[in-house]
Amino acid sequence: MRAIIRFAAWVYAIAIYGFIFLPVVVLVLFSLQATSFPIPPFTGPSLRWYQAVLTDARLTSALVNSLLVAVLSSLASVTLGFLSAWGFARFVLPGSALLRGLITLPLTVSYLIIGMGLLVLFNWAGVPKSLLAAGIGHVVINLPLCFAIIYSQMGDHQINIERAARDLGAAEWKVLLMITVPVMAPAIFAGFFLSMTFSWDEFVISFLLTRFETTLPVEIWNLLRSGLNPKTNAVGSLVFAVSIVLVVFFELTLLRRKPA
Amino acid sequence: MAFTRNNSRAPPWALVTPALAWTLLFFVLPFIAMGLSSLTAHEGGAFTLANYSQFFTDPSYWRAMVNSLEVTGTVTIVSILLAYPFAWILAEMVPQRWQRLALMLAVLPFWTSYVVRSYSWLLVLAQNGVVNRALTGIGLIGEPLQLANTRFATVTGFVHFFVMLLTLTIFANLKQLSPSYRKAAADLGAGPIRTFLHVVLPLTLPGIMVGAFLTFVLCIGDYITPQILGGNNELVMPQLVMMQIGRRGDFPLASALSIILMAVVTIAYLTCARWLKIERA
Repeated sequence: MRAIIRFAAWVYAIAIYGFIFLPVVVLVLFSLQATSFPIPPFTGPSLRWYQAVLTDARLTSALVNSLLVAVLSSLASVTLGFLSAWGFARFVLPGSALLRGLITLPLTVSYLIIGMGLLVLFNWAGVPKSLLAAGIGHVVINLPLCFAIIYSQMGDHQINIERAARDLGAAEWKVLLMITVPVMAPAIFAGFFLSMTFSWDEFVISFLLTRFETTLPVEIWNLLRSGLNPKTNAVGSLVFAVSIVLVVFFELTLLRRKPA
Repeated sequence: MAFTRNNSRAPPWALVTPALAWTLLFFVLPFIAMGLSSLTAHEGGAFTLANYSQFFTDPSYWRAMVNSLEVTGTVTIVSILLAYPFAWILAEMVPQRWQRLALMLAVLPFWTSYVVRSYSWLLVLAQNGVVNRALTGIGLIGEPLQLANTRFATVTGFVHFFVMLLTLTIFANLKQLSPSYRKAAADLGAGPIRTFLHVVLPLTLPGIMVGAFLTFVLCIGDYITPQILGGNNELVMPQLVMMQIGRRGDFPLASALSIILMAVVTIAYLTCARWLKIERA
């Protein structure tokens, strides 16, 4: 009886793994096919569509745009998030709980609604659609995340280190840069990394707020209009590969380094 | 403690003001703008409640909300039913040293681009895609099934995403559970099934509720999956919102629909709040 249950459990687990990996395997497999439709039967490996992607100026410039927006918006998010977390953790401010609630409020609202609001506001204010507008939207969604991560890691024990530095005559900016930032580095890095991945993958805000120059998810979306297309498979596989490298890097560097 | 929390000389407001200003300027203000916009007429901009009354009187708009709720409800329930046993197997049956790897593998496709993930399901479910080829190949069906551009496809795409998400949250939940509870139940004579039903399941229920709420919020607000996989046969709310902007540039109506959608999420939150709070106790 126990053996049957064990067997059933393994079959179930393998079935779920199969379900989880099915679309990814199909995506990557048929990106390696030379025919112009990514459908079975599979007819041998070819890198034709990868070449097509890498020589497509629209896709490569969208990729650069995406990286630029991701890096800059994440830097802004993590900076604003860190400064406010520091302020709220180290000082008794009037209405602190309410204001902290305000900063984290965007976490509860869907991206579509944040994007819609910005679209209406920018439309009224006459701000043109641009990568900058999309970047502003990405800071709105990532700032609360950075704030929440860093604020939750600011323990009272770190106050004493800061105090010691001040007693020894360090100026306030020196305390910040040489004590607080290095002590908080794991949380800061985690916030930055998460912001990067969310911004890199964000679609609907960029879709609403950009026009000619756009980000990679929006450009991939435009490719989808042509139906099933091996070029979409190739670019999708490349994006997947980049994400895997990032995740493995993150796993190996940050999560392994447990506080000694 | 009578001490101040700090002996810092930094002006505290200078630290928190930039983040607060950003939130007010680019989150609160847009929301107010959207609220005002929803109360104006598309032509002329006069004050009107027509955008809201249109939703409540036009059956096709109602239909979109009903579709959204049905899809989201199905996705939430199916995802939990699939993810819970899976997370349990990972937490209980996989040897300790392989657990991290098993979990990382289980959520690996989580990191592919969201748009690409939906497109991949289109490949799988297409008329001449892998599933139809396999089914006709073994002679189970004569004609390829219409799988893409249906509600089934939308639900499948969503379930794929949320099974991964819920496996993560439920796994964490099961690992936090102290083994002494189960030992106590066993000592008192409960078998594995009774232990599970009366001890493990109730203790992980708050975690499941948090996951269910997260699934609900993310699912009901998503435009990508229903648009790519469901096609335009049957609209859900986010598609209806985007349609107002894309086809007609009707910002007021799109704003009103967004606010109605947000109101539904808020109601869901208030309903769940009771269970969501248990976790903190």
